[in-house]
Amino acid sequence: MTPDLIYGLTGIAVFAIGLTGALCAQDRLRRVLALKLCSLGAGFLLVVAAWREPPAAPDPVPHALVITGIVVMISATAVALALIRRLQSLEAEDDD
Amino acid sequence: MTDPFLILDLLLAGAVIALAVATLTVRDLFAAIVLFIVLGLLSALAWVRLSAPDVALAEAAIGTGVTGALLLKTLHHLRYVAGTLGEQTAHGVTPVTPVPMSVIWANAAFCGLITLGLAIAFLDAPLGGPGFDALVADAIPASGVDHGVTAVLLNFRSYDTLMEVVVLLAAVIAVWQIERGLSEAPSPDLSVIWQGFARLTLPAIVVVGTYLLWKGSEAPGGAFQGGAVLAAVGILLLLSRLYVPRPAHRALARWGFVLGTGVFAGVALLVTGGGRVTFEYPPEHAKTLILLIEGLVTVSIAVTLAALFHGREPVAVRAKEARHDA
Repeated sequence: MTPDLIYGLTGIAVFAIGLTGALCAQDRLRRVLALKLCSLGAGFLLVVAAWREPPAAPDPVPHALVITGIVVMISATAVALALIRRLQSLEAEDDD
Repeated sequence: MTDPFLILDLLLAGAVIALAVATLTVRDLFAAIVLFIVLGLLSALAWVRLSAPDVALAEAAIGTGVTGALLLKTLHHLRYVAGTLGEQTAHGVTPVTPVPMSVIWANAAFCGLITLGLAIAFLDAPLGGPGFDALVADAIPASGVDHGVTAVLLNFRSYDTLMEVVVLLAAVIAVWQIERGLSEAPSPDLSVIWQGFARLTLPAIVVVGTYLLWKGSEAPGGAFQGGAVLAAVGILLLLSRLYVPRPAHRALARWGFVLGTGVFAGVALLVTGGGRVTFEYPPEHAKTLILLIEGLVTVSIAVTLAALFHGREPVAVRAKEARHDA
């Protein structure tokens, strides 16, 4: 049992939970949360791939990729949330 | 004897999985978002265990902190529009029609198959194998910085980072377009204590953000982490209404959004010449150029993230309303 095995399986589990949630969730906000779980799981796997047995330094390239992924993810989240806000406002106007 | 760190790893992994399940199953959306924030912080802790402090910092600051603020702000808006603001409601905000159990089971089976495939592939994959470690270690002296991740982000793979900044710029443009003409939920009335808190913490946050940026050339930290921490300054200013966006500030904000991308692309083009290709910094100026890019990209990231939190662009109508209120 090494950290890479433990956290690698954790990442896969989080990705699976997110995927199931994205397919089954009804609420829009919750679906965004589910997709964010998927991205978190993918991040786990990349960080695990970069890990080396402690005296050795980890591989910086996957780390840079995950940081890029985190920034791209917050951009996508912000646009998704803006669309949700707009959709909700339009629906509320239709109801009136 | 069992390694105490192994127990920590197992506990953290268990907590992360449990929180992921709880985020999607808890009925109250506010609780779901808070659980997601806790999940992000624990993931950051797990990544520190995997000796990835840069990624952990970015996840804690951007993936959890700023994202959490965005999610909570959206929930506030949705509840305001739905008219359930302030109610102790346990329901979601989108009308729910029941899904047939057969669909749920089919989805679950499908996801189970994918997960099984991923797990088998992961267990078969060689871990800890040779990656780019040796290449990066060889090239570091020529990169102008001493820290691997910063060298990769701002020298070896600059195209990725430039595109990342462009994505952020595209996001803020999209949000301004989507929210055009959208009525805004009144921001919650925050007490005087909150303003005092903001006054006390703002200088400290500015120092921490700048330190993260400066330290990035030799130790974990850098433009993205520093930018996110500085974005927290903007969010605090907006929340405590120490700063109220005015239509006249739009031009300044636009300059702020494009500053990082512009300087990054400008440097990339300027160094071409003398037989060099795009992004091939001359070694003797590499550190200066990287710090220049990082500093201005940090400003852009901070302004953009704060603008993403604020949502719609400040328009003239709002200023009139504000004057009516006053």
